[in-house]
Amino acid sequence: MHIHLLYFAGLREALGVTTETLVLPTGVDTVATLREFLAARGAPWTALVTIKNLRAAVNQQMAGQDTHIQAGDEVAFFPPVTGG
Amino acid sequence: MSVTIQEADFDCGQEIAAICTGREDIGALASFIGLVRADTLSEERIDAMQLEHYPGMTEKALAEIVVQAKSRWELQAVRVIHRIGRLVPGEQIVLVVVAASHRGSAFAACEFIMDFLKTRAPFWKKEETAHHGQWVEARDADDFAADRWEKTRSEK
Repeated sequence: MHIHLLYFAGLREALGVTTETLVLPTGVDTVATLREFLAARGAPWTALVTIKNLRAAVNQQMAGQDTHIQAGDEVAFFPPVTGG
Repeated sequence: MSVTIQEADFDCGQEIAAICTGREDIGALASFIGLVRADTLSEERIDAMQLEHYPGMTEKALAEIVVQAKSRWELQAVRVIHRIGRLVPGEQIVLVVVAASHRGSAFAACEFIMDFLKTRAPFWKKEETAHHGQWVEARDADDFAADRWEKTRSEK
């Protein structure tokens, strides 16, 4: 299944990637399993599991570790927000 | 109700006039403006602040925060403007204006919107000094400020 990924702020800089489209293998169907799947690419992707308080959004809604991911979803990873 | 993300500066007076003109039912207006400060926890002076956001989600998150404020207090108008891009010390970053019949609701809703904006809206700040750039870290105090509203949900 295809999903669209986005990275922001310090995470985007650490990865050197802003967006990508990915085909997920069977079994990678939650925010937590997606983080592990991406981290398995090795450095610098290990940041997906080592960054403290990394946040995720699925289809532009704040998501938890157990949030389900389906084909066509837009998934974003980013550090805690600091606007205002 | 209106939310705008923009690079351009804003004029609080104009925004208030846009809300109030032709109305006789508004009894209280509370406004908040956030500004770029030059000081920092590190030794170096901040030359500028880079503001990044998540286009699409930002607008939705802010609209949702305004909807929540309107479900808690009787509000007649809400205006939120958040700037993005490169801002130098002294520049305005964010504006929240709330119109209500009475001051209690206006003050409370204005603070509520800012507290939730700080913790829920996908913006990130990067400090630029003469020698390096550094992403601003989220503050626990901001989480506590937002969390305390959960405890007072029953109060209106």
